[in-house]
Amino acid sequence: MSTVATPPPPAKKVNHIGLEVINYKGAKTTLCAGCGHNSISERVIECFYEMGVEPWRVGKFSGIGCSSKSPAYFLNLSHGFNAVHGRMPSIATGAIMANRTMLGLGVTGDGDTASIGIGQFMHLVRRNLPMIYIIEDNGVYGLTKGQFSATADLGSKLKTGVINDLPPFDCCALALRWGATFVARSFSGDKKQLQALIKTAIAHNGLSVIDVVSPCVTFNDHEGSTKSYSYMKEHEEMLQDLSFVPSFEEISVEIAEGEVRDIELHDGSHLRIRKLNRDYDPTSRLAAFTALEEAERKHEVLTGVLYVNTEKPNFLEMLHLAEEPLATLPQAKVRPGREALDEIMEELR
Amino acid sequence: MSTLEVAPAEPRISGSAHTVVNDFSIQVATVNGSGSQTANSVLMRSIFQMGVPVSGKNMFPSNIAGLPTWFTIRASKHGYIGRKKEIDLLVAMNPETAREDVMKLDSGAAVVYDEPLKLNALRSDLHFYPAPFDKLVAPVCPDAKLRKLVRNMLYDGIVAWLLSIDMDEIHNALVKQFGKRKAKAAELNWGAAQAGYEFAARTYTKTDAFKIERMHANTGKIIIEGNAACALGAMFAGVTVITWYPITPSSSLVETLIGYLKRFRIDPDTGRATFAVVQAEDELASIGMALGAGWAGARSMTSTAGPGISLMSEFVGLGYYAEVPTVIFDVQRVGPSTGLPTRTMQGDLLSAATLSHGDTQHPMFFPCSPEECFTMSGDAFDFAERFQTPVFVMTDLDLGMNNWPSDPFPYPEKPLDRGKVLTAADLDKLGGFARYKDVDGDGIGYRTLPATNHAAGAYFTRGSGHNERAQYTEREDDYINNMHRLSHKFQTMRKHVPAPEVHYHADAEIGFVACGTSHYAVTESCDQLLAEYDIPASYLRLKAYPFTTELTDFIARHQRVYVVDQNRDAQLLALMRLEMTPEQIAKLRSIKYYGGLPLDARTVTDEIVRQEGK
Repeated sequence: MSTVATPPPPAKKVNHIGLEVINYKGAKTTLCAGCGHNSISERVIECFYEMGVEPWRVGKFSGIGCSSKSPAYFLNLSHGFNAVHGRMPSIATGAIMANRTMLGLGVTGDGDTASIGIGQFMHLVRRNLPMIYIIEDNGVYGLTKGQFSATADLGSKLKTGVINDLPPFDCCALALRWGATFVARSFSGDKKQLQALIKTAIAHNGLSVIDVVSPCVTFNDHEGSTKSYSYMKEHEEMLQDLSFVPSFEEISVEIAEGEVRDIELHDGSHLRIRKLNRDYDPTSRLAAFTALEEAERKHEVLTGVLYVNTEKPNFLEMLHLAEEPLATLPQAKVRPGREALDEIMEELR
Repeated sequence: MSTLEVAPAEPRISGSAHTVVNDFSIQVATVNGSGSQTANSVLMRSIFQMGVPVSGKNMFPSNIAGLPTWFTIRASKHGYIGRKKEIDLLVAMNPETAREDVMKLDSGAAVVYDEPLKLNALRSDLHFYPAPFDKLVAPVCPDAKLRKLVRNMLYDGIVAWLLSIDMDEIHNALVKQFGKRKAKAAELNWGAAQAGYEFAARTYTKTDAFKIERMHANTGKIIIEGNAACALGAMFAGVTVITWYPITPSSSLVETLIGYLKRFRIDPDTGRATFAVVQAEDELASIGMALGAGWAGARSMTSTAGPGISLMSEFVGLGYYAEVPTVIFDVQRVGPSTGLPTRTMQGDLLSAATLSHGDTQHPMFFPCSPEECFTMSGDAFDFAERFQTPVFVMTDLDLGMNNWPSDPFPYPEKPLDRGKVLTAADLDKLGGFARYKDVDGDGIGYRTLPATNHAAGAYFTRGSGHNERAQYTEREDDYINNMHRLSHKFQTMRKHVPAPEVHYHADAEIGFVACGTSHYAVTESCDQLLAEYDIPASYLRLKAYPFTTELTDFIARHQRVYVVDQNRDAQLLALMRLEMTPEQIAKLRSIKYYGGLPLDARTVTDEIVRQEGK
């Protein structure tokens, strides 16, 4: 038998904790071809891989709807919890309190968040629970075949011809007003921007709300829709050019002052914000409100970092929780001793 | 029975033929918000300190100030601590209700009242003791603003004189009530109590029959509300995540727990909390957080009442199917909305047992006393984690919010049972696991906790559509297999729930089945039936659902079984019917009370006598 020299197999590409990208993938998607949500799932896979997050440290949370199915399509090595409609925030809050080492990743939709779940969303925001909260926002209910949600724009039209005559909830404005510490909007078709935002959210120590316009190709991608691919192409207004430098990479390029704003995040990563058409201070809530209001008047969809606050304490810090997970504290830490019960009984005599 | 011996011959205003010692009821009728709670607690505690078995029941409106409220104290040398319908000594402080309260009394009862109410004109067969409360309070409380609160303490002094309660015990109870930090308030109230006592001593001639004499029945005992006992049970069970939304009558459960956790559950090494408490935005969120925490491995709980249970319905169903442990305290009360929220009821037995949509079955524990509130709360956390499912601890307003004498609680000796949880080391050995596979034949799968540091640890949690490996499926066979396993798990629970307490009477044709606070009326009724009607009765007190074989044995050994319910629709009976044979069902009878007050023995006895045709 002749010997054929086989070339050594190419070195598998791994991230800085030695995992391949396949370790970040999920089951095959069952969403429609062309659905914006699939692009977001791909970004999640890339970002968690590139950031070198241990997938088993992640808790995936979702509610009900097309968006909420998507956690099955990424991060198979992470625990996931498909909650009831609109109430993913409470499940995530309980789980993250129980184990603060968990990196919470919530994926939800506009119906799940802005309609049935607006109460839990607002209270999650108010608590500034440290987790990532991605809203896959297409303005309609997909799984129930195309009814308006509460983020549908005034005057937008369903395929059936029905016109929406109520104003939309702007989830970014709500998140800004009531306490989220990283608030951004993006478009599922903008790979670079969405990557920078998701990585920033991974590095951020507080609640990150990313509202991603994610067109529904089946029920809301037609003429008259304000959440369609073509509408976004015409109306998207990017606030900034974003780049992200993770903590484990050296910052190689010095930046000229004034040109780029550098925000150091909790884990030592840096978000670099290069201005485009305007001066914008992403640490000012007032500036954010003004920009959103102006964009609404001009029928623009403003994308980028609307607000970031790296100082405000998060909910777990306010609870002054033990550093180790509550879930696995040993009995000696959670059952007071005999003398404690004796003392209480004596008081009650 | 002793409660009937009290009935005197009419008229009896000239003095009692006999004395009734340590066996009567006192009712104080006041206006809520007038600070009467302190005076009532002190009066009850003073009798407790006299060593006499005593219970106190507060019947209060859903209101902050200005509506009628009644506090009844029952002293019973026989140890009966259920409610007694008949009132023997009325303290009438509320002009709004005074007339009606007096007209309801049995002949021979005593009435202490605010003199301007002129109640003595209403009846000639009662013993009246008028007192000018406003005149008496002025000299002992110079600050006019405080007089409204302090004047109630006058009746403690008056009643102490009438019943021969040792004033030292009133003083001790006051000191206990106010603690060292409020010594000034205690002193002010003590002055009023003394003034009441002295007024009574120099003014009245005692003509009624009632008297407290020192006993020694309370040595070592404590006084505690059921809610506080549940709170302690949870703390000593190692609860770590507590979520709640304020609702009567359960609020004080978590409020008390917070107080204890701050004292006993701050890690002395780090100064950090070994617990998280969240007052959620509603019950939808509080159950969600409790389930999220239970899923992540924490010992979690939430506490609520009927309206909250209704709101939690969908999530509890998910908890059942996703198999997530948590403990739900349901302090039962009457109705939705403005529906007697401050009155007691066993109102959620049926709805809690089957809460949510689809096929759902939930275990329930039924404590009847503070001691059981303590021990069974602890058991509930073990049970929830062992069986990976929401567990209900069903108390009610009567148990939860009233003060009860109790033996001190035993320190829990059993180590915490954290159930079937696989660690990273286990996964190394096993290589992997199937979340919902019945490996041990008991219907309970093995779970991993999120953030377990292992590549084979993860699984996806969702509703009823999953197979053994927690993969999404809508296949008929997968669904049916899972339903069978869940059903089998519920059957396994029967062997592990707290067993009922059973008292067989050798000659009994009839038996009682009851749960929770019905206990006190039923035990007293058993005595009444035997003493007054010569009807012996056995008694089985359920401590949990699902039911156990003790219940079917009990039914088999009796001709007729009376199931006692504190609700209109015989909910406990209905639950039993769901799993009984036609022969067993044929033996079941129903005793129901649904007036919003704690069940009393006479109501039960009268109904048995009627149904037995005696």
